[in-house]
Formats: sequence, structure tokens, C-alpha cells
Amino acid sequence: MLIIAGRRSPNSQSSLNTAGRNLGFTLALLSSIAGCLLSLTILLSGAPLHVELGQTPLFGSLILHVDGLSALFLGIISLLAVSVSVYSLGYTKDLSPRHAVGTLLFLYNGFLLSMVGVVIAGHAVVFLFAWEVMSLTTYFLISYEHEEPAARRAAWLYVVMTHIGTAFLLVMFVTLHTYTGSFSFDAFKDSGSHMPALVRSLVFLCATVGFGIKAGIIPFHIWLPEAHPAAPSNVSALMSGVMIKTGIYGMVRVFFDFLGPDIPAWWGVLILVVAVSSSVLGVLYALMEHDLKRLLAYHSIENIGIILMGIGAALLFTALGSKPLAAIALIAGLYHVLNHAIFKGLLFLGAGSVLHATHSRNIEDLGGLVRKMPWTSFFFLIGAVAISALPPLNGFVSEWLTFQALLLGFQISDLTVKIAVPLTVALLALTGALAAACFVKAFGITFLGLPRSVHAQTAHESSPTMIAAMGLLSLLCVVFGVAPGLVVSVLDPLAASLLGANISGQIALNGGMLAIPQSTSTSIAPAVLAGFLVAITLVPISIGFVFGGKLRKRAAMTWGCGLEKLEPRMQYTATGFSKPIRMIFSNIYRATHEIEISEVSSPYFQPEVRYELKTESVFLTYLYEPVSRVVLKSARMMRRLQTGHLQSYLAYIFITLVILLLFAR
Amino acid sequence: MNQIVTTIATSLAHLVLVLAIAPLVTGVVRKTKARFQNRRGASVLQPYFDLAKLFTKEVVVSSVASWLFQATPYLVFGSMLVIALLVPTVITPVPLHWVGDIITVIYLFALGRFFIALAGLDTGSAFGGLGSSREMSIASIVEPAMMLAIFTASVTAGSTNLSIVVERLSASPLAMMNPAHLLAFAGLFIVMIAETGRIPVDNPATHLELTMIHEAMILEYSGRYLALIEWASQIKLVVFLALLSNMFFPVGMAATWSPWALTVGVGAFCLKVTVLAVIVAVIESMNAKLRLFRVPELLMVAFILSLLALILYFIIGA
Repeated sequence: MLIIAGRRSPNSQSSLNTAGRNLGFTLALLSSIAGCLLSLTILLSGAPLHVELGQTPLFGSLILHVDGLSALFLGIISLLAVSVSVYSLGYTKDLSPRHAVGTLLFLYNGFLLSMVGVVIAGHAVVFLFAWEVMSLTTYFLISYEHEEPAARRAAWLYVVMTHIGTAFLLVMFVTLHTYTGSFSFDAFKDSGSHMPALVRSLVFLCATVGFGIKAGIIPFHIWLPEAHPAAPSNVSALMSGVMIKTGIYGMVRVFFDFLGPDIPAWWGVLILVVAVSSSVLGVLYALMEHDLKRLLAYHSIENIGIILMGIGAALLFTALGSKPLAAIALIAGLYHVLNHAIFKGLLFLGAGSVLHATHSRNIEDLGGLVRKMPWTSFFFLIGAVAISALPPLNGFVSEWLTFQALLLGFQISDLTVKIAVPLTVALLALTGALAAACFVKAFGITFLGLPRSVHAQTAHESSPTMIAAMGLLSLLCVVFGVAPGLVVSVLDPLAASLLGANISGQIALNGGMLAIPQSTSTSIAPAVLAGFLVAITLVPISIGFVFGGKLRKRAAMTWGCGLEKLEPRMQYTATGFSKPIRMIFSNIYRATHEIEISEVSSPYFQPEVRYELKTESVFLTYLYEPVSRVVLKSARMMRRLQTGHLQSYLAYIFITLVILLLFAR
Repeated sequence: MNQIVTTIATSLAHLVLVLAIAPLVTGVVRKTKARFQNRRGASVLQPYFDLAKLFTKEVVVSSVASWLFQATPYLVFGSMLVIALLVPTVITPVPLHWVGDIITVIYLFALGRFFIALAGLDTGSAFGGLGSSREMSIASIVEPAMMLAIFTASVTAGSTNLSIVVERLSASPLAMMNPAHLLAFAGLFIVMIAETGRIPVDNPATHLELTMIHEAMILEYSGRYLALIEWASQIKLVVFLALLSNMFFPVGMAATWSPWALTVGVGAFCLKVTVLAVIVAVIESMNAKLRLFRVPELLMVAFILSLLALILYFIIGA
């Protein structure tokens, strides 16, 4: 079964021609299907897979270990990889010759392999190796279009941020090693109970920062909106859909598997604070974005926040001794991991198709694509409805579970919970509403109305493989929305085993119904609801028929405000659309704008108006810039040591040696 | 089998009731407003005539618009009907209470709004975008406020099932006088005004571009499509009045299907809805519409009230 790992990268570098390209992505596709199957086998049988790779003198036996949690993430990664690989077959077809397709294939397959490696590693060294390979392959993928300065900058920012994260992870693993004497995850399991409280919290903080940077939590998010748009769209789908989830995997692994079950309440509160700020700020920043891929990238930050709400609540409830509630919260969080992977993958693929067809990511230049790209727009709409958590698609179910888990918190009589939980509920509700507003903007301005540029006018539908890939993900959005039992029945035992208690069955499955036994008669039946939504449209149709007979329709042009005809520039722009929200939340955006009008002939018909709008990033100004100033300043001071003379370097080596000998005697 | 038939029959009866009285409630609001303005006003039945007329008229569809524009009226009306099935009016529990809870209802409102806002952008008209933008911005504060207000009641009842909440609250009338509950009522009332597009948030009787919100979004709709959207808004008003009255004054709700209980239930429901409709009309008559950018302040009040209600409930308890 391990072959899935080995199968991934063969042959890919040699292929510069079409056959080679197809071969590379088909191999990725096959191995992803194998990954899905492996994950399903382990999830359903419950028997973990344990493989020893061999002995090393320094770190002991290297191990791959696939338990329920690993299998879940392996399944999610493989599932998205299946459709992204299908998509890539069409997407990379007309890459210009200056792009090295072989390199892309090599990196793409390496990236997939490393993500799989991260989640199936059973040993700190294997984990860190895979983690670094993942960081490096994505670094090269982000800078794939390296002639763009923005891509180079984004890649650089990413590689700096991710290595800061790795540094924290190194500290974490070394600390764990100090207390367990081993690097294997088996030994780390429940090692929290052998550590002093302070050390345990140190491990917790290192994991939060180290994995948090990869997950893109605020305030460590700055790399994400730069890096995800810069990569080729098929890769952005994987990065946003699953790579950032490896951070979530790491957190769940460390918090519940290594450090649990003895958890102080403030851990949960800290994660909830991070979750709430990531989700609200993520969606607010997304609303101001008019670059389709950047907008989606900010939504990833938002959704990571929603996932962490479930995980934070699970930590908090565990700390206060209510494991049944923690189980519901954890299931909600993990369910959202799956859902986000699917709909965000779908949306990025849709954005990729738009980019492919119009060569523009700026939605202010788009519009009217629903006619040119009917399938792409339909699937993008499905993704937009799903991410806005609207019933009956999958986003709704996981948000519903998150709400239920939080609302049940009132059973716990603890002041922390009583303040933290209502606030989290309020901000989750705010996030949901703002996300819907943002996706009305994203879909409406991109796909509806009149085309705003020549590019949008001459757009064409994507190739069949790209459409098929999006169709598959859309189907999954529907399936996981109307049949939540499929997912919950898998997550239920997993949450119970992570929390180390016999608490399965906190979410009852009764036919197509999801019920929370702890809360009286609280249930939803998404399948029935979906059936109603479809069936009940018969009512208005038949009412119309009874009262008015057959529907008579006439096509006419939209009223052009009294001018000769409707112009695309009369339509609302994305900037205009989000203006009320910019005004409501002006304290957060600190927006400044500048208007410049050239040659006024009449005050009503101005030939050219330049409008520039800037929103300030509080984190860049107040957190990153001071830090980077200090780092650069100290680097300049360090430079004095580097004289360039060989003899002074020899002197440094000598001094270091003497000091080491003195201390290490 | 028998049970399924009863469920379907009773649900249909429930649906027909809501469908039938929705235009009347709007008629009552309009009549009351007219009396306040010293006019005699149209008959309270006028909304029925309007709908009947619109249903027979031809539909003009913009040549810019896509399939979405034509699907939206059915989707909006359909989602409103599903909501009507889930919200208790005269009897509790409603037959299909297990299908969806409060969160589902709120998100179904959001589903309808999502598509109607998209339809506003679909025709390429300047007004549609204006309406969509305003509607979604206002909704982004109103929706959480509504959630928090209703959660306060649901936490009191220990369930997010609407029927159970109403049942539990009607069993213990004293719980209604809880300060948290009163705050939540105030919050939900403001939400109702904003969600149903009433003064001082929006003016349902205007087509002036500077002030339109909801009307701007549906400006391109005509004929049968307009009828469905208008009817859906009228149902929305009834559903909101039902939520307000039954969650905070669940007096006289029928608990069984006996004829006597049903009569009382229908009577109590009509009375409560009429009183609330008149209050809405009075507020409309006594206030001017707020400037658009003053509206968020009012909505923030609703949000904060509801948040305070929830926190108060968590801290003080029942």
C-alpha cells in the first residue's frame, strides 16, 4: 500500500511533450485514487497502517503511521488531488512554450507526495523532511511564473514565513524528544502528562505558531494572499484547499494526540481568539479584494478561522471536563476541513478557468461570463453557495454543527465559557453573512451583467477535462451537503479516539437526519430540505399556471437610464458594491482614497476620472514592518563581523571551538 | 403510511394559511398608513388584486439577463414557502419541525437573498447593483443580529428547534419576562423592520434611486416574476411577525389538532399579527426614512442588543 508514495513522481521530469504531460498528471491521478482507497480502508476498518522505513543511527527507526486522523487528511488530500489532476490535463495544455512543463509536473507531483508524507509520517524526522519538501516545492511553484516580480516577491515572503514556522516546529519536536527520549509519534502520544505545565504550554505555543503560519491564521497570514494567487491555478487550488490544512492536521495531532487530555482552559480561549479574528478579518479583507484569486485566498483565512472555532471550542470544552461537547465541536471542525477543501478547490479551479479564458484576475474587467462559460459559471455558483454556508450544500452542515457545539456551551457553568462562547457565536454569524455578501460580489460582478472588457467579451468555455473536474467537486458539495451521515459516521469514532473517551454518538444519525441528542429535538434533515426546495418550486409554477395560464415572455433591453443604450460602465463595479461595507467597518479598513479628474468639460460627463483606493493593512504597518526593521538593523550590525578576510574567519572558528570545548567538557 | 399522509395534509393546510393571509397583512399595514395620512386608502384586499393582475401579465425579460434571472423568482418563493413550513404560526409543533431548525430558517432567508441580489446584478442595470450592494451590506449586520436574538430564546428552551422553543416558552410564561428575553425582543423587532424593508430602514413605496434598497434590486422584474417576488416579501413579513409574536408571546398557540384549540390558535395568531402589523404601520407613519449611512448605526443597535441578550442569558441564566 505504501507504493502510493513511490508511484507519484516517476517519469514526470522527462516529459516536455503532450504525452509526457498527460502521463505525469495521469500518474498523479492514479496515485490519488489509490490514496483515496487507502484512506477509506483505514477509516472504515479502524486498523492503523504502520510501516517502518528503516533504522537510522541518530533518530531511531523511521516510521510511517496512518491512523484515523492521518487517513482522514490523506483522504481529503487525495480527493482534491484527483480532481485537480484531471483539471490540470486541460489547464496546462496551452501553457506557453517558455514555461517548462516538465518542471511543473515534477514540482506538482513532488508537492502532492510531500503533502501525503506530512500526514502519514509517524516520526518527527520523516514529518519535518516531508514538511520541508512541501515548503520548497510550493516555493518553486509560487515562483513558477518567475518573470513576474510579484510572483518572486510572494515566493520570497512565503519561504521566509514558512521557515519561521519550521523553526518553531523544530523547537516543539526537540522539546517533545527531551521528555520522551524518542522521535516517534507513538512515543509522543499523551506525552503531555509527563511534562511540567510550563513546558506543555511551550509546546502548545510552538505548535500554534508553527502550524498556524502554514494554516494562515491571523496575524501570520500575510504570505497567503500573495502566494496563492501567484501560483498556477491548479496549484493554488491544492494550496488553498489542502496544503493549509496540513497546519490544521498538525494542530489537531499535537493538541489532542500528543498533549491531551490534560488541557488548560486558556489554550482553548487562545485558539478561539485566533479563530474569531482570522474569520472576521479574513472575510472583511476579502470583501475589499477585486483580484479573484486574492479574494479566494482571503476566504481561506476566513475558513481556517471557522475550522479553528470548532477546534478551539473542543479544547475549551475538554479543559472544562465536558468531552461529549468537545466531540461535537471537533467533528464540526474536521467536517469543515473536508468541506472547505472541496468548495475552495472548486472555486480556485473556477477562477483558474476564468483566468485561462480572459487572462484577467481583476473582476472589474470581467462580467457577462455566464453566457460565454455556462458550465464554469454554474459550478462556480455551486461553490459560492456552498462557501456562503447556504442550505442545502455542504458548507451549511458544518457551520450548523459549529453553531450547535458552541450553543451547547451554555451547559457549562464557567465564566470563561459564558463570555467566550456568545462572542464566538456572534462573530461566526457575522462571518457567514459577510461571506455571502462577498460571494454575491465575486459571482455577480465576474459572471453576470455585461462584459466590462474585450477579454471578457471574447472569453470561451474551458476544456472538457477542466469542466469534468469542477463537476466532480460540485457533485461532492451536494453529496456532503445532503448526506452528512456519510461524513459524520466516519468522524464520530475518530473524534472519540482523539479525545480518548468513549463518547461516540454525540451526533445522532437517523435516516437522513442529523440530530443533537443533548439539545432537545434539535435536528436537521438536509436531504428532505433539499427535496423540498426542489419540489416546492412546483407550487409557484402551478399557482402561476392556474392564475395566469401559460407564461408569456418578451425580451427587451435593460433600461439605459434615458441614454441611448446600456453601457457596461453603467453597471455597478466591485468597488462600488463593497463601498457600504467599507463605510460600516471603516475603523478596520482605514481606507484612503484619491480622486483625480482630468479636463472637466461638463460636471456630469467627465472624460477621465482616476480613482485610487487604498486600505491599510494594520498587521503590516504595526507588526511586520517594525519587526523587519529590527531584523535588518541587527543584520547590518552582524555584517561588521563579516570582513571577508580568511584569517578572521579562521579566528572565529578557533574562538568558537575553544568556547565549545570549555562548555562541552 | 397514515402518519405520512397526515403530515403532508397538515403541512399543506399550514402552507395555504400563510399563503392566503400574507397579502392581507400587507393590506392592513397599507390601510393603517393611509388612515394616518388622512387618506381613505385602498381596500385591505388590494394586494390580492395586484397579485392577480400581475400573474396574468406578460413578463419582460432583459436581453442581458441569464437563466439566473428567471430562476430566481421561483427559488425565492420556494425558499420562503419552506421557511413557512418550519415556523410555527397557529400550532406547535409544526408537522415538519424535524426538517430544519432556527439556523436553517435564517440561512434559508439568506439563500433567497443571495439569489435575489445576484438577479439584481444580472440585468446589467445600474439600479440592480445598487440595490444588491445595499441589501447585502445591511443583511451582513441584520443576519447576525437576528441569529443572536433568536439564540437567546433557543438557549432558554435548550433547543434550536423552533417548535420546541415556542412550546417550552408557552409552558413557562414567566421566562418571557427575563431581561435577556426583552432585550432580544427589541433586537429582533429592529431586525424585522430591516429584513422586511420597512421605514426607517427602507421604504417599500418608493422608486427613488437615492433611497431604494429592496425595490432597486427587483426593478427589472415584471408580470408573474414580480408577483412571485412581491408575494414572497409579503410571506416574509408574516413569517417575521409570527416569529416575533410566537417566540416572545406564545399565548393561545394550539397544541393539539382539536377544532377548539385550532380555532383559538387561529384567532390568537390573527390578533397578534394584526396588532404587530398596526405597530409596524404606526412606526412607518411616525418616522422618516434614515439616510443610508445612518442605517448601519440602527442595525448595530440591534446587533448589540441581541449580543447583550445572549451574554446576559449565559451569565445570569433563566
